[in-house]
Amino acid sequence: MTGFVDRLRLADEQRAAFAAWPRRWWAGLPRPVRLGALVAFAAFLVALPILQPPVLTTTGTDFTGVLFTVGVYCLCALGLNIVVGLAGLLDLGYIGFFAVGAYSVAVFGSPQSKLATEYPWLVCIPIAIAISMVSGAILGGPTLRLRGDYLAIVTLGFGEIVRLTAVNSEVLGAAAGIPEVPRPPGERADGTRLFTIVDVTPFYWLVLALIFLVVLAGANLERSRVGRAWVAIREDEDVAQLMGVPTFRFKLWAFAMGAAVGGLSGALFASRQTFINPESFPVQTSLMFLAAVVIGGAGNKFGVVLGAVIVAYLPERLRSIDDGLLVVWYVSLVLGLATYLLLRRRGPRDGPRTYLRLGVVAGILAALPPLLLAMPEVFGSRGEIGQLRYLMFGLALIVMSVFRPQGLIPSRRRAIELEDRAKEVEPGATS
Amino acid sequence: MRTTRIFRSAAVLAVAVLAVAGCGGDDGADSAKGGDTCGLSIAFFGAQTGDAANLGINISNGAQLAVDQYNAKNADCPVTLEKFDSQGSPDQAPALAQRIIQKTTIVGVVGPTFSGESKVADPIFNEAGVPLVSASATGPALSEQSWKVFHRVVGSDAVQGPAAAKYIRDTLKAEKVFVVDDASEYGKELADILKAELGDAVVGSDTVQVKQTDFSATVTRIKSSGATVFYFGGYYPEAGLLRKQLTDAGGKDILLVSDDGVRDAGYVEAAGAEAAEGTVVTCPCVPPDKASGTFAADYQKAFNTAPGTYSAEAYDAATVFLDGIAAGKTTRADLLTWVKSYNKQGITKKVQFDPKGDVADKTVWTYVFKNGEIVPDQPVQ
Amino acid sequence: MNIDFLIDNFADLSVTGLAQGAIYALVALGYTLVYGVLRLINFAHSEVFVTGTFATILTLRGIGIGPDDPVPSLLMVLLTLVLASIVAALSSGAVALLVERVAYRPLRRRNAPPLVFLISAVGASLVLMEIYALFLGRDNVRVGNLIKPRTQFTVFGADVTNRQILIVVSAVLMMVVLDSFISRTRLGRGVRAVSQNPDAAALMGVNKDRVIALTFLLGGLMAGVAAVLYDLNFGVTKFSAGFLIGLKAFTAAVLGGIGNLRGALLGGLLLGLAENWGQALLGSAWRDVIAFVFLIVVLMFRPTGILGESLGRARV
Repeated sequence: MTGFVDRLRLADEQRAAFAAWPRRWWAGLPRPVRLGALVAFAAFLVALPILQPPVLTTTGTDFTGVLFTVGVYCLCALGLNIVVGLAGLLDLGYIGFFAVGAYSVAVFGSPQSKLATEYPWLVCIPIAIAISMVSGAILGGPTLRLRGDYLAIVTLGFGEIVRLTAVNSEVLGAAAGIPEVPRPPGERADGTRLFTIVDVTPFYWLVLALIFLVVLAGANLERSRVGRAWVAIREDEDVAQLMGVPTFRFKLWAFAMGAAVGGLSGALFASRQTFINPESFPVQTSLMFLAAVVIGGAGNKFGVVLGAVIVAYLPERLRSIDDGLLVVWYVSLVLGLATYLLLRRRGPRDGPRTYLRLGVVAGILAALPPLLLAMPEVFGSRGEIGQLRYLMFGLALIVMSVFRPQGLIPSRRRAIELEDRAKEVEPGATS
Repeated sequence: MRTTRIFRSAAVLAVAVLAVAGCGGDDGADSAKGGDTCGLSIAFFGAQTGDAANLGINISNGAQLAVDQYNAKNADCPVTLEKFDSQGSPDQAPALAQRIIQKTTIVGVVGPTFSGESKVADPIFNEAGVPLVSASATGPALSEQSWKVFHRVVGSDAVQGPAAAKYIRDTLKAEKVFVVDDASEYGKELADILKAELGDAVVGSDTVQVKQTDFSATVTRIKSSGATVFYFGGYYPEAGLLRKQLTDAGGKDILLVSDDGVRDAGYVEAAGAEAAEGTVVTCPCVPPDKASGTFAADYQKAFNTAPGTYSAEAYDAATVFLDGIAAGKTTRADLLTWVKSYNKQGITKKVQFDPKGDVADKTVWTYVFKNGEIVPDQPVQ
Repeated sequence: MNIDFLIDNFADLSVTGLAQGAIYALVALGYTLVYGVLRLINFAHSEVFVTGTFATILTLRGIGIGPDDPVPSLLMVLLTLVLASIVAALSSGAVALLVERVAYRPLRRRNAPPLVFLISAVGASLVLMEIYALFLGRDNVRVGNLIKPRTQFTVFGADVTNRQILIVVSAVLMMVVLDSFISRTRLGRGVRAVSQNPDAAALMGVNKDRVIALTFLLGGLMAGVAAVLYDLNFGVTKFSAGFLIGLKAFTAAVLGGIGNLRGALLGGLLLGLAENWGQALLGSAWRDVIAFVFLIVVLMFRPTGILGESLGRARV
């Protein structure tokens, strides 16, 4: 069994090496061409709500609204990437910071909140960022000194505490929530408000601009002393400490920075919703954020953005897909898998048995979704693809951890770390 | 519903064999033909998947039945029910509401189902003038927002709470009452009204959480308070478990009075018929046996299950729109005026709205659980 | 604050708290065992527990004891309990082994960083949860009627029911059995050896893979028994029931000193008590918040727990 896993992985690594050619090709292009392509791509992103391109556009729900949600997910994934991808700390309660940001805007800005301070939006946003950052520092303070895996559970608990506190506190509106969350200022040429509840396009552009800023800031941070310290901590905390890196302080920084970005995205989310209640912040959403980071490629900005797009966009697109198209998608997936299995480069230990096993795995994979969907229990009154969403994510997480822990668009540095570790396998673990 | 299901299972199973079904599926949902009197549709806005799916499907089925019956009579000019799955959460509500607005063939919305998503989606619908009739959103705040499009065929909690208090005080003559709520908007609102109305008779209160399964501390509280009646504001899963655990702990004689969120066969399922015996629930709805028509039988026949909470209300809600379409009101504006002046006997109550969008007839009935059945008791005067 | 209520019902609250704590303790063993050997939090352990709760219900259904049936005779109850415990323990154990095999072993062979292990475990946990939701629905599932709670005796004004006695006694019994298994038997010695020094143990001829599989199995068996007791106590379970109880059991394990078997028992009972007293003071709504804040406070002041860490030293 494990030998088989190894061989599968080897095959995948060869494929990954083969798949690295786009990167080389891109790096080989002349600089103006690369710049031009990037500008064109950015323009395409900005124009998406106006273009509404046929295949991309969601038919079951408003496309611009979906774009905004995807943007918020991207922002969250970028923030979480600082914590998980760069500093190597596992945060399972990221939704907590998202909620803190959202509630800050609502509590300080809404005329209907119990505080009724009614600060304008531009004041609320810095407050939201500051409060999330502080809550990150408060949570990180006691736990970051401990071993990393305690952090996972404590943050998970934190995510749940935030939600429960919101449900049970009058100041936070309890289950009834807080309406009339302020919206960003700004007017159109004709004097009407720019950010209205009906047109989301300005919100989308706002989030796009913020993503751009966060990516830029993140890129600079990565190449700074702080970024190098984070990578050192991720690779080996003890060694980093010995080399004079104040690990606790830098871990706390990573945590607080991540929390701040989470708070910012929460604040945006609340402004667009205009109403928030605790239902929007279940702890499971944290797992979706994490899935975005892991599937995309922890440590790589573009990877996590891709992950966020997959996690947030696909379910909305699948919402209105008709059965025929779904069948076509699924069949092409299976055919693609089969083609890959046939055409892949051979490993040194490949034999007929490998193919037999691969065939069995492919067969199970092919048969699984139809089987699950055909089950009367599932299919009865509510058989929907949506029901399988978390199951698919769970499977994707396991498969990614086992075969491709570095993600779809890996951070090169992190991929090398993983390879290094694999060479230092402990005695006794190889039997 | 059934045909889709059969089609889909066939289609998905066909995958295993080969890709032949590539051209299947019903297209043309997007063909906007505003102004034309045929090809109109009504939207259902609510949960079809996720935690709240059971309730959402009760409602969409009720509406579906009304639409199917209308289409059987008007085969030349059928109306479709388009379902928009919000998963009961406010998150996806704005984008869905916007999509509904963009589809000009949609002239009315049955929903949104819950108060939370209503607070996000209703202002958007209000801006675009899409008439709404909700079958289940009971939050009192919803009718206080001066949204001109909002209507509901269920009573607001503001009606049910005082009636429950009255019943406990005047009919049961209870002197010691314990009030529990589930921290949901719905349950908390009701419990707060009860506490205010009953005043000194309330000897204690506690808050539990939705999805909680262990109520030992609440049970201890209720028992030690010496209450003879306890009120629960919330839904049937928690009410049933709390009832069962209280009975198990020797609190069999403490009577439970609750709300229409508990008026569901699921309550007996959760508490067990023995512990459920005698529980009283209030509901701003007339008993089904006084309702006209063959709704229950038709529903059973169409969906192979008994109508659930809010199914009948959804039937009434959809009927409001269907009657309007039959009367030639084929634009959103016309239909909105139609809904505002609507006055007909529905299957759950006399359907007529006051200016705020609430049901004009505010009668509350009590129902009692007897041998696992929900039996109508008396109207609360 | 409701101090009068806490004082008036102190004994009653303590008894229910202990019964609950006993269940936390049994689940906590799974975390502690795996942590002791692998230095990893087995995130999927909560779903291993849920497996047991469903196995119990299905066993009872198989025998023909439904939620609305009358309570069977005493002999029948005892036989059913034993059978249900065996079935639940075995199915939980099997799922635990499966998780180890699919989600952990491939990673271990590559010396993956702990982060990757946790993500894989989160994935396994989601998959199991969703599979249960698909097959058994997303609503509460009721347990067959097995024991009608009857007050046996009264301590300081608190009624102690037969069910509570059964829960606490079986939990302690399981704990004693496990403790002596780890400290007395050859296999147990292997577990201790690996947890003290994995490399040395491997060099001394201990089969590490087998020891690790064994700890997963033992944790699963304990979770299965805990699941039977949980079903008896609350009469209901759900596909997502593991999340909270898993978090609390982990808190219990940390509280007592993770990796320490006796610490898990102590931690579980303490957490059960603290939670019940706390919610008496602040209201039931704050129950889960109390447990989580408790965890953070414990980690702040005594990160090694009350009895200290390490499975290897637990014996001495």
